[in-house]
Amino acid sequence: MPKLIKNGAIVEDTSPEVLDLEQWLECEERASRAVILEPGEILAPLIDHIDEIPLVMVNFPTFMDGRGFSYARELRDRGYTGEIRAVGHFIRDQLTYLGRCGFDAFQFDDESLLEPSLASLADFSEYYQASANQADPLFRRRA
Amino acid sequence: MYVYDQYDQKILDERVAQYRGQTERYLAGDLSEEEFLPLRLQNGLYVQRLAPMLRVAVPYGLMNSTQLRTVARLSRDFDKGYVHISTRQNIQFNWPELAEVPDMLAELAKVQMHAIQTSGNCIRNTTTDQFAGVARDELVDPRPYCEIIRQWSTLHPEFAFLPRKFKIAVCGTEEDRAAVRAHDIGIELVKNAAGEVGYKVLVGGGLGRTPVIGVEICDYLEKQHLLSYLEAILRVYNQHGRRDNKYKARIKILVKAMGIDAFREAVEAEWAHLKDGPTTLTDAEIERASSFFTEPEYAQIDAAAAEAALAEQGASDPIFANWVKRNTVAHRVDGYRIVNISLKATGYAPGDITDQQLELVADLADRFSFGELRSTHQQNLVLADVPMADLYELWQTLQKSGLATANIGYLTDMICCPGGDYCALANAKSIPVAESIQARFDDMDYVYDLGPLELNISGCMNACGHHHIGHIGILGVDKKGEEFYQVCLGGSQSKDASIGKILGPSFKQEDMADVMEKILGTYVDLRTEEENFLDTYRRVGIAPFKEKVYA
Ligand code: HEM
Ligand code: SF4
Repeated sequence: MPKLIKNGAIVEDTSPEVLDLEQWLECEERASRAVILEPGEILAPLIDHIDEIPLVMVNFPTFMDGRGFSYARELRDRGYTGEIRAVGHFIRDQLTYLGRCGFDAFQFDDESLLEPSLASLADFSEYYQASANQADPLFRRRA
Repeated sequence: MYVYDQYDQKILDERVAQYRGQTERYLAGDLSEEEFLPLRLQNGLYVQRLAPMLRVAVPYGLMNSTQLRTVARLSRDFDKGYVHISTRQNIQFNWPELAEVPDMLAELAKVQMHAIQTSGNCIRNTTTDQFAGVARDELVDPRPYCEIIRQWSTLHPEFAFLPRKFKIAVCGTEEDRAAVRAHDIGIELVKNAAGEVGYKVLVGGGLGRTPVIGVEICDYLEKQHLLSYLEAILRVYNQHGRRDNKYKARIKILVKAMGIDAFREAVEAEWAHLKDGPTTLTDAEIERASSFFTEPEYAQIDAAAAEAALAEQGASDPIFANWVKRNTVAHRVDGYRIVNISLKATGYAPGDITDQQLELVADLADRFSFGELRSTHQQNLVLADVPMADLYELWQTLQKSGLATANIGYLTDMICCPGGDYCALANAKSIPVAESIQARFDDMDYVYDLGPLELNISGCMNACGHHHIGHIGILGVDKKGEEFYQVCLGGSQSKDASIGKILGPSFKQEDMADVMEKILGTYVDLRTEEENFLDTYRRVGIAPFKEKVYA
């Protein structure tokens, strides 16, 4: 079974069937299907179904395309609490950023990257901005 | 000046460690060229013609003498003993070794300096007026707001992989010394009828291949909403900015394509979700940021007596009097003046400064200006708080080191990018053009007679030398492998910003000084008494200049 990083640990993938955005929105039993987002897609229709989504995958065709970062941010801001998984060609140096935007799972095409990448999750322990895993910006927390 | 607390220092140290790891993985072959590229760029490291170039951030151009001495030492230990001041007030090392950059960054971090986001497709260093806090025409000190933006934009997780680089500038004065209309976002601090501070927000300015003057998106934003509003703009840009073509990826292209009204609507829709959230600024935070930019301990000086004494020194030493007139500016506080140190001596690359000069300037800052100094986007340095009584001694010291060229704001105080001598992207050299013009116009009386004049030179259309917004702009172009230079006239970086108009076919390098002579001669013939070059150009248009130059 394929493996991925989830909540900071390497686990086996147990995801349901994955549909693209259009298929997912039209699907009758979407609560048991994951949806995969591609850069450039409009998130708005998904926001109406936030409580029904078990898993959102966000594809990075290239790690230079930062649109997926905003998807996660928006989903979390609008109250989505399920799994958001990065898939495709992101790089381990982006893991803290992705995590702070709301991604909690990372699936590399090359599984040998999983183990060394765990360390990158801890590149930073403090940051200025509000983020998905720290609701208050630093200026509201400074001692 | 801003002093780091344990949070700032921790973030910076963790960043240095992260980058060290990235460099090691790259050198070991574990990180591909393609993957390392954006990572090193976000740490200010370009790979250049002759060696890498490291761009160190200088937020708001402010530095203390300790930081300056560190830069001087690093330029000796890791480079060739000089650095370059950029048009974004940053400091560039031209010859570091890629493998040594983490060590340089670690040294810089000890004095609270870094290279974070000085390059790459992310939010760059926020810039502002080099005279902030001491300018006579200031409505509001912009630095606390810049500092708030700096923190918010530093390692912002959502906006590190934007379609393209992103620059924000802030000004708080009548006159715009930060070129806010040439930035992706320009912010003017304003006061409403009730005297409350807010922001006029401009968007979609920028230079490069397609120069555009920014347009207003919001005429008055209440001050607590600064960051959530910026976040809304950036999110719309991140989602909708073009990514298929690097030359069409800046926010200016998006704003033009959507139209400012539709763009504003999209921003407002996004902002509706962010407004009043945790990113909303608190009064306490604005106060805290302001507390770092308080006044130094100015002495009580009898202004009239100080003026009289200065006039007397000037009368007995006219060269000093001239320097005071050209290179110093009125200070908000009686008895003080703002001193510009020109890095535009003839025969030296504009904006270059040696390790020894850096150390000298650090000493002068300690002796005469509360240990602080500033870099300017005209590629000069500023001692912001010099008591008038010290000017003479200061000037004598500067003179001995070739730092007393009295040309601030005049023709030979030109902006010039490194061009083909250093930069891999150049179409043509720019430093020799600057030098030939400086050499031709070595008669200072003539230069002064020409009045205030901005000459900006770029070696290619990336426009690092801001050629579009110089009164006179020079652009290096490539024609079948040969270097040529195109001239444009009538640009301005002020509140009445404009993009210069191309004069006509380009010229050879050896003809550039002649061309300048003809352009300036035409101006001198046509001007009325009080007009500067830009005024005359705006009155008569480009035709008479064309006629003379191509006759
Ligand atoms: C030697 C290495 C340098 C390289 C490789 C370099 C590269 C670039 C590039 C690629 C752009 C892109 C413009 C665009 O497409 O929008 C740019 C813009 C710019 N550079 Fe440089 N640059 C260098 C040095 C400098 C220096 C020395 C300065 C200051 C004197 C500078 C100031 C700027 C500014 C202000 C812009 C902005 C133009 C805008 O607002 O759109 N750069 N540079
Ligand atoms: S304008 Fe062109 S030549 Fe000059 S520094 Fe910028 S990229 Fe290099």
